This record gives sequence, C-alpha cells and structure tokens, in this order.
Amino acid sequence: MIQILTTYGGLLLAAMGQTLLLALCGLFFACILGLIFGLLSVVKNRACNIISIIFVDAIRGVPMIVLAFYIYLGIPALVNSALGFNGFTLTALQAGTVCLALNCGAYMAEIIRAGIESVDKGQMEAARSLGLPYWRAMVRVVLPQAIRTMIPSIINQFIITLKDTSILSVIGFPELVNTAKNVVANSFKVFEVWTIVAIMYLIVITALSVLAKKVERRLNRGRE
Amino acid sequence: MKKLFALGMAAVMALSLAACGGAASSTSTASSAAEGASSEAASAETAGSDKTWVIATDTVFKPFEYTDASGNFVGIDVDIVAAIAEDQGFKYELKSLGWDGAIAACQSGQADGMIAGASITQERKDSGWMFSDGYYTATQTMTVAENSDITGFEDLAGKTVAIKIGTQGAAYAESLKDEYGFQTQSFEDSPTMYQAVLGGQCVACFEDTPIMQASIKDGGLALKVLENTANEGGDYGFAIFSENSQELLDMFNAGLANIKANGTYDEILAKYLG
Repeated sequence: MIQILTTYGGLLLAAMGQTLLLALCGLFFACILGLIFGLLSVVKNRACNIISIIFVDAIRGVPMIVLAFYIYLGIPALVNSALGFNGFTLTALQAGTVCLALNCGAYMAEIIRAGIESVDKGQMEAARSLGLPYWRAMVRVVLPQAIRTMIPSIINQFIITLKDTSILSVIGFPELVNTAKNVVANSFKVFEVWTIVAIMYLIVITALSVLAKKVERRLNRGRE
Repeated sequence: MKKLFALGMAAVMALSLAACGGAASSTSTASSAAEGASSEAASAETAGSDKTWVIATDTVFKPFEYTDASGNFVGIDVDIVAAIAEDQGFKYELKSLGWDGAIAACQSGQADGMIAGASITQERKDSGWMFSDGYYTATQTMTVAENSDITGFEDLAGKTVAIKIGTQGAAYAESLKDEYGFQTQSFEDSPTMYQAVLGGQCVACFEDTPIMQASIKDGGLALKVLENTANEGGDYGFAIFSENSQELLDMFNAGLANIKANGTYDEILAKYLG
C-alpha cells in the first residue's frame, strides 16, 4: 500500500484532478441544458414540451457507456463523411464533456421540471394577476421557490455525475479509474490500488456533500 | 447509532463477498469450452495427483484468448495450457475472468495460476509474482493509419498515441513518450484502440507486431505497421502468486519444453498467427 502510494501517488492525484476537471466541465453544460429543457417542458407550448420529452427520453434510454463510444468514435466519423470535413476529431475531454452534459442534463431537466411543478399554481396566477409578465413571474416568483425544492436532488445528481466520469475511462480519458487500471496492470496489485481509489473518491465526495449541505442550509435560511 | 453503523458495515461487507462469489461462479460457465481439453488431459495417463488446478485467463486478448465465431473459447494460451496439461498429465479448469479478475483471483487464492499473455517484468516479480519460462516472445511496434505521413517516433511530438492497458506495447510507448514528447491515451481493449487510430483521435498505437499484423489482415483495417519502430521484444509467461502453486509452475515449464521439442508449440502458433 505504502509502496503504491509512493510510486503512483502523484499519478493518482493528477488523475483525480482530471476527474474533477471533467466533472466540472460536464456539470457546467449539464446545468445549462437542464435549465433549457426543464423550462421547455413547463412552458405552455406543445411543441416545446415535445422537444423536451424527446431529448429526455432519448438520452435516458441510452446507457452512458454507449453514448460515450458513440460520441467519441461515431460523431467525428459522421461529421467527416456527412459534411465533407477532413480530419475533424473530438478529444477525449471534449467527447466526455458532451457525454456527461447530455446525460446529466436530461436528469437535471426532469429535476427542474418537477421542482417548478411543485410550486403551487396559485403563485404564478397571483404574480400574473399583479401584472407581472410570464417570464418575470417565472424568474422572480416561481423559480426562487422551486430551487429550494430542487437543491437536494441537484446535489445528488452532481455526485452521481462525478462518479459517472469513471465510465469515460473506456474512451481513454485519463481520469481516476483509467489511471488506476494502468497502475494495476503495471504493479499487479489489485486490492491495494482499488482501495486507494475508493478512499480518494470517498474523501472528495464526502467533502462535496458537506459543502452542499452548507449551501442548502444557507438557501433555506428564513424559510421555517 | 454506532451499532447501526456497525450493522451497516457488516451488511456491506457480506454483500460485497456475495458479489465476489457470484462473479466467480458465473464465469465458470465460460470455461466450458475448455472442458473438452481438460477432460482429454484427465483421460491421458495421470502421472501427477488428482488435483484440478484452476487457471485464470483474460476474456478477450486476441489471438491469445477469445471466443471464436462458433462460440468456443480458443486461443494460443488456451491451446498451450491444453497441450501442456496433456503432456504433464494434470487436470485443470480454465476460468475466463478478464485481466483484472485473473490477477485478483490469483492473489486471493481463487485461482492457482494465470495465463493471459502476461509479460514477464521485474516490477511484477517485485510484487510477489512468479513467472514460468517465457512461452512467447514478441516485439512491439508502432502502427499508424494507412494514409498517415508519420514515419517514425520523431513525427510524434505533441501528438496523442493510443495504448492498451497492461500490454507491453503500452510499456514501450511510455518508455518513449518523454524523449519524443508525445502523450498516451489508454484504452481497455484493442478494437477501441484501433478505432481511435482509424478515426484520427490518436495518430498511432503500439501493439505486439504479430498480433497487429494478424488484426490488420483479419479485420481489413486501414492501418500499417511501421517495421522500423520495433523494440527488442519481451517474453510472455505463465504466472502464479502463491507458493502452493509451485508444482503447477514446474509442470508448466517441463511441459513447455516438451511441446517445444515435439513441434506442438509451433503448430499452435502457426494455427493462430498463420
């Protein structure tokens, strides 16, 4: 164990950095996608609702590992042959970000939809009857209340996404699991390496959970 | 609260143990293809004990072990073990556990030895593994896309090269990357690695020369092996972790020498590498 840490500790820490980088990139775009498709699913417009439903169902219906192979290997080939580009490729980080953003974005859209729908209809009606336009009523009255309900689910989704980065080891992104497999192959020390990796994930995710709880408490201040 | 926590921990541990057991037993069916070979060995004059040795292997490491079109588990490793077992008269069961699984099985005593195209390296020996004599020697070379203008390591500066986790090719690339200033990207299986080169995500990959040549021929891949990039090569060995398997290792070495002498070994290589 000590030997693994001294020989490969730096490598594993760097890999954890890559994991966090990928998760952050993915989550950033996932939030944008989630907000867009979440709002599309609640507005009173049938076409918008259908677009949102198709997006969520299509992404939810495909395992992320399949999505990863498809985006990393399939999309560049498709773009090159269909649009006549030559040599267009995605790096593993770009493909991984797209993959996480789509996957997590679909779940976020559902969380946001559920959050908005959990706010009593009377809130929107009251705001509108006071003369607020629809979007201002949404942003100023409904969303602030909805966000409080959404926060625990969103944090949960963030943590799931952070762990899902491990799936992107299959497209060769040098995140923690991919690096750990290399270390196992070099050292032939299975249990030691995976124990270290498990502890590293545990520390990071626990730290994030604690931080998230603090944010949640702050947002909820004055509610009770 | 503490009690509850302890109970939870116990439950988790029990579950994980159960999961391990499940994985081990389900994979045993994968070895059914090899059973023909092992029963054959058993019917031969049994010089040794009646013990059935459990030998772990990878799931796909073509052409060392893979499932062929008719669903049989075949490969150089599979045939070599069968031939050696027949020669030495021992019974064995081949378990196709995957690379990581095979290593773990040997360490935990679930398997007595492993044969999975594992290279004999000092680092692995230092970790407590014991290897047989080399049963296969291969050089590693760099492979690029057919229309690539890369002709040698000098052209790799700033580029990304695909490697497969745990292979000698990977070790070879890692040993060169600082000198020539390229990055490596590691994949779990060969098809994805080849696809990354074909698709242009990576400019080259490193692989055992005969395996790469066979894959290019079998798959009709638009790749070419750069012969001038070969290293001096290394040996694959049968590996054990526990001293209790020393007898198996000795039999493997004796049997290997015999099948090399009587021509069976060359027949096996010719069958898979043509």
